[in-house]
Amino acid sequence: MNIHEYQAKELFKKYNVPTPRGHIAFTPDEAVKAAQELGGNIWVVKAQIHAGGRGLGGGVKLARSTSEVRALAAEILGMQLVTHQTGPEGKLVQKVYIEEGADIKKEYYLGMLLDRASEMPIMMASTEGGMAIEDVAHNTPEKIIKVAIDPLTGFQSFHGRKLAFGLGLPVEEINTFIKFASALYKVYMDHDAEMIEINPLIKTGDGKFLALDAKMGFDNNALYRQSQVNEMRDLSEEEPTEIEAGKYGLSYIKLDGDVGCMVNGAGLAMGTMDTINYEGGKPANFLDVGGGANAETVAKGFEIILKDPNVKAIFVNIFGGIVRCDRVANGILEATKLTKVDVPVIVRLDGTNAKEAADILNNAGISNIIAATDLADGARKAVAAAKGE
Amino acid sequence: MSILVNKDTKVIVQGFTGKEGTFHAEQCMAYGTKIVGGVTPGKGGQEHLGQPVFNTVDEAVRATGATVSMIFVPPAFVSDAVMEAADAGIELAVIITEGAPVKDMMYAKAYAVKKNMKTIGPNCPGIITAEECKIGIMPGFIFKKGNVGLISKSGTLTYESANQVVNEGFGITTAVGIGGDPIIGLSYKQLLPMFEADPETHAIVMIGEIGGDLEIQAAAYIKEHITKPVVAFIAGQTAPAGKRMGHAGAIISGGSGTAAEKMAALEDAGVRVVVSPADIGKALAEVMKK
Repeated sequence: MNIHEYQAKELFKKYNVPTPRGHIAFTPDEAVKAAQELGGNIWVVKAQIHAGGRGLGGGVKLARSTSEVRALAAEILGMQLVTHQTGPEGKLVQKVYIEEGADIKKEYYLGMLLDRASEMPIMMASTEGGMAIEDVAHNTPEKIIKVAIDPLTGFQSFHGRKLAFGLGLPVEEINTFIKFASALYKVYMDHDAEMIEINPLIKTGDGKFLALDAKMGFDNNALYRQSQVNEMRDLSEEEPTEIEAGKYGLSYIKLDGDVGCMVNGAGLAMGTMDTINYEGGKPANFLDVGGGANAETVAKGFEIILKDPNVKAIFVNIFGGIVRCDRVANGILEATKLTKVDVPVIVRLDGTNAKEAADILNNAGISNIIAATDLADGARKAVAAAKGE
Repeated sequence: MSILVNKDTKVIVQGFTGKEGTFHAEQCMAYGTKIVGGVTPGKGGQEHLGQPVFNTVDEAVRATGATVSMIFVPPAFVSDAVMEAADAGIELAVIITEGAPVKDMMYAKAYAVKKNMKTIGPNCPGIITAEECKIGIMPGFIFKKGNVGLISKSGTLTYESANQVVNEGFGITTAVGIGGDPIIGLSYKQLLPMFEADPETHAIVMIGEIGGDLEIQAAAYIKEHITKPVVAFIAGQTAPAGKRMGHAGAIISGGSGTAAEKMAALEDAGVRVVVSPADIGKALAEVMKK
C-alpha cells in the first residue's frame, strides 16, 4: 500500500525528519488560505497522486503570489495528470499540497527498501538528486551508495558516515546528515514500510537537510498493526476492480489482452498468462481465486473478468489438489447461473477427480463451456476462441 | 534416498488444534508422516488426533524427540512460533502460514540462522518426500516416487510440474515449495547441492518467478557446481512491471527481477529453460534420455 507525499511528510515530522512546512488543500480557496498561513512570498503547488514524475507532467508548480497560488491550484485540481507511472489515461488530481518555497543549494537522493539478498533494510544515497533512481542505477551505478542495516542492532553512526562521506559532504555537515538518516530509519522500521524515497533530499543555503519530496510504501501483511497508516489509505488511488476482488479473497490485476484467466494459485496464474502468450494470444488479466474455488468465488471471478469489455474468451485453469475437481466443476456450472457469461469458457480441471469433472461439464450441455485436457490444450482453445476461430 | 525428510522423520505441529492445523495434520498422517505430537499453548496434556498436545515446543521436543516442526499459526504469531522452535532445538521448521509481515520474518530468520535451524517458507505448500513423508498442504497422491527433485516458489505450479513429470513416466524424490515471499528460508542455492548429493535424484526441476534474484544466484551456483540436468520455468514473463502478482515477492521493481533476465542466466548456466509451463514434463523427458 502507498500513501501520498503529504501523508509521508506527516509521519516524517513526528519522527523529526525535517521537511518544508505545508498544508493540504482540496479547493483553490483552501490553497490560498494555506499559503497565507505559511507566510512568505514563494510557494509550491503540488498535485497529490500516487505516482512519480509529477513535476514533469505539470503537476508541481511554483507560485510567487497568493493569486498565483489560486490560479495554479484551480488549474491542477481536477486535471488528469499523466506521468510515466500513471499510464496514458493519467490520474485525477483531487488535492494539492501547498508548501513553502525552499532555498535549494544542492539536491540528493535518499531512499530505503528491503534488500532481499542480505535480508536487511538498506539505505541508499546518491548525489544525483531529482533524477529517476532507476536511470542512475542503470547508467552510473557507482553514484549510488548503499548500506545494509542489521535490524537486530539498528542504525549506527557508521552507516550514516559511510553515506555522508560517500556523498562528499563536508565534515561540518556529517552529523546533521547522520541525525536525518537515523530518524528516517526509525520511520521505516516503526511503520513496517517496504519503501521510502526522498527525491530530492535538499541541502539549503544555511546547511540544513530537508525532505523536499517523500514517497512511502508499506508491507500489506503488516497493515493490521499499523492503524495510523491504514487510515491514510486512499482508495480512490487504487483500481476499483482490484479492490472489489480483494473483498472476495481474489487477487486480480487487469492487463490489456483479450483472453480472461481464472486460476488457483499465483504461480500457476502467472504461468497460465505465459502459456496464453506462448500460444499466440494475450492475457486480459491475472486472477488467483485462491484455494477455495467454490461457486461464489468463481461467479465473482467471472463477473470481475467480464467487466473488461476486451475479454473475448475465458480460460479457467484449476489444478485441484485438496479441492476436488468435481466440486469445482459443479461450482463453475453454478456460477454460470449466478452470473451471465456470454463468452466461450474453456475449462481445464486437473488433479483429484479430474475425469469425473470432465464428465460433469460435458454432460451439462452448456454450449459455451468447452472442456480442455491439459494446460497447453486449454490455452490453445482459449486463444482460438478469443480470435473467433 | 531423498533430501531433508523421510519416513523416519519425527514431526510436531505448531498450531496443532486449530482448523487448518487439524485438517492438514490429519492428511499428513494419512500419507504416512510420523506426526508425534503438537503444540497449542494452554492445551498441554490433551490428546489430539491420537497424539499428545504440549504447551511449549521445548516440552514437545523433549517428550517426542521431534526434529521437524510444521507451523500453522496465524500470521501475527509466526515469528514467535519460528523462534520458539529454533530455541527448542528443532532442526527444520516448515512454515505454511500465509501473510506474515516481512519485518517479522526478517527477525525470525536471523534468529533461526543463529540457532542453526533450517526453515522452509513462509507462504509455501511445504516439503514432500514421495510415498514417505509429507509435511505441508500439497495433494500427496500426485507425487509418485521416482528420480526427480523439485524446487518451486509456487504451490500449484509444484503440483502442475509434478503431475507432468509423473505423466511422462518419471517420479519425484523430494519436492520443496520454498514460497514466494520476499524473505524465505531454504532457497534454490541451499537445496540444489542437497539434490546433487542425493544418489536417487537424477534430474532437478526448478520453478521460479519474477521478483528478487534467487534464480540468478541459483544459475551461478548451477554453472559451477551442479552436474545433474536441470529443467527450469520462470513464471511471470507476461507480468507488468511494478505490480505485485499475488505473491508478496513477485514484483518487478526498478526494472529488475524480470523473467527474461532469470531465463537468460539459467540458459547460460546450461539449464533447459522452457517458455511454456506446459512443456516442463516433455523437457524433463528429453534431458533424462540424454
